[in-house]
Amino acid sequence: MRKIRKIIEKIVEGILTLSGMATTLIILLIIVFLFKEGFGFFKSPVVEKGYEVCLNSSNTVDKLSSYQIKQIFDEDITNWKEVGGADAPITPYRFEYLFEQYDEADFGEEYKLLPAKIAEIIKADPNIIAFMPTKYVPQDLSIRTLPRENFGFVDFFFGKEWMPTATPTAQFGILPLILGTLLVSITAILIALPLGLGVAIYLSELASKRVRKILKPVIELLAGIPSVVYGFFGLVVLVPLVQDWFNLPVGETAFTGSLLLAIMALPTIITVAEDSMRNTPRAMREASLALGATQWQTIYKVIIPYAKSGISAAVVLGIGRAIGETMAVLMVTGNAAVMPTTLFEPIRSIPATIAAELGEAPSGGAHYEALFLLGCILFFLTLIISISAEVISKRHPQN
Amino acid sequence: MNKILGIIILGFLLPQLSLSQKIKGSDTVLPLSQKEAEVYMQKHPEATVTVTGGGSGVGIAALLEGTTDIAQSSRRIKFDEKNKLKNMDKEVVEVIVGYDALAVITHPSNPIKKLTREQLEGIFRGKIKNWKELGGEDLRIIPYSRETSSGTYEFFKESALRYKNYMNGIMSMPATGSVIQSISQTRGAIGYVGLAYVNPSVQAMELSFDGGKNYSNPLNTETSDVIYPIVRPLYFYYIQKEEAGIKPFLDYVLSDEGQQLVADLGFIKVK
Repeated sequence: MRKIRKIIEKIVEGILTLSGMATTLIILLIIVFLFKEGFGFFKSPVVEKGYEVCLNSSNTVDKLSSYQIKQIFDEDITNWKEVGGADAPITPYRFEYLFEQYDEADFGEEYKLLPAKIAEIIKADPNIIAFMPTKYVPQDLSIRTLPRENFGFVDFFFGKEWMPTATPTAQFGILPLILGTLLVSITAILIALPLGLGVAIYLSELASKRVRKILKPVIELLAGIPSVVYGFFGLVVLVPLVQDWFNLPVGETAFTGSLLLAIMALPTIITVAEDSMRNTPRAMREASLALGATQWQTIYKVIIPYAKSGISAAVVLGIGRAIGETMAVLMVTGNAAVMPTTLFEPIRSIPATIAAELGEAPSGGAHYEALFLLGCILFFLTLIISISAEVISKRHPQN
Repeated sequence: MNKILGIIILGFLLPQLSLSQKIKGSDTVLPLSQKEAEVYMQKHPEATVTVTGGGSGVGIAALLEGTTDIAQSSRRIKFDEKNKLKNMDKEVVEVIVGYDALAVITHPSNPIKKLTREQLEGIFRGKIKNWKELGGEDLRIIPYSRETSSGTYEFFKESALRYKNYMNGIMSMPATGSVIQSISQTRGAIGYVGLAYVNPSVQAMELSFDGGKNYSNPLNTETSDVIYPIVRPLYFYYIQKEEAGIKPFLDYVLSDEGQQLVADLGFIKVK
């Protein structure tokens, strides 16, 4: 009998150990995958693989940054002088123009005549800059291709433009995304904290038992509403409200996002803070009251200091909820990747960017890898937050 | 014994060979193909037409692999895709089954009703910032765009911006529905959506792509003499050798009745 029980125990132990190890391993593998995909970004070329930027060889410019190439093709830079060349106007030429200029039949069977046609065009104009598929770039002495470069750390972390599908060179500057995410999350906490604390104090100290019994489940229910529903509510109700209140040209702003996130973070803050307040030992409460302190004095001299670590944990968890929130933010903040200067302008957050773009980013390309790298950054942000939550809530409540 | 087995197998294969068609590709064309297939199957109960989406590229790739009979596409087949098919000794046939127009929409209260392509480019590239510059009231222009993954985003960029990039930090909405919702509640807003989605909460602009000589309204593309400029053809691609099986369905789509369905769905008829 005993033997059988021992064997069963051993088996159960084995299964538990195994599943624990497997889960840990899977989580680690996910993280490794995330970083592996992400760091491939710094090995991707600025000009998409399979394409070249070609110049007439009489042109003296031998280096253009990814941003300069984009500006040239957008006709924001119009003279070679501005990028260190001769004083001559730039003629940007895209591959697509070929098909507008010529009939497809001109390119011959399987486009055999296409390279010759391209050579002809580039030779004809010494000031041309052409963006062509590598396959059709003619082998000709009078044509030069710009050397390939890879994306750099500085461009990525301090670049101010996020235009992942800009042609010919995509721009991956994540500074506006990081600042946007932080701005929305921090403002959300500043709104949610006083409200949440107020409700927590009311629930734990002032509310009658019956009120608490109704209110607490209702608040916890708020945490269970899917974020798309919040997002839709935000788009239809909050956006026009914010636009009206502040008389703004546009209602999808960082502030709208913060307001919505504050509502979404409230249940977390209230629940955690209220729990820690109610954990104040009865003896301390009664001692305070016995010394002649009023109920209010007891709350802010005894209970809040005692629950300080719990309240801090509530704040940190609330920020964590806000930073990672995707759908609601995607719907109400306008998703414009600009450097945030005020609260009343649209912003684009990291999770919204990943959600909106990953679906169609070609796997293995620079855009795909840049999104994974954004994922890594989000991972670090939330990691820091959860570690600080852990540290704060473990700190022994004293004094 | 073998004979019987052969007949049984043939019996299973035959109806599929002759009457079952698969259509795959663009999500823009999807509602159109679905409707056509639905009505076609009601009229021809013996036929089955299966329609799936996934994007234009997916459909053409499936045509390459031979897993679909018709590839539906909202863009023209790329030259390297055509090359690949040619290398496999498959001649591809292109059929235009309808047109999809993009309407440029603003808030209904906006007094400006007409725009040229140059003005559109200026607005979406961030060079024109106030309606005042276009003769309207003193109000900031808020251009709304779609997310970069959308085919509509690329199409608008090609036709209205002539391949130039949108301004940095343009508002990008996750879906057509939210573009309309936002524009209907923002006075200075402007955006673009598929013609089928235009409703009375927004106003569709008249556009001119010849420097302001002729303007045309997307809502009466059928009657207007001037062709509306932001229009893209919707294509069906199939392999020439397999034409016989596809022909009846294709003929139905291009018939007057089939084309009426095209118009009912908010697309533009071929003829």
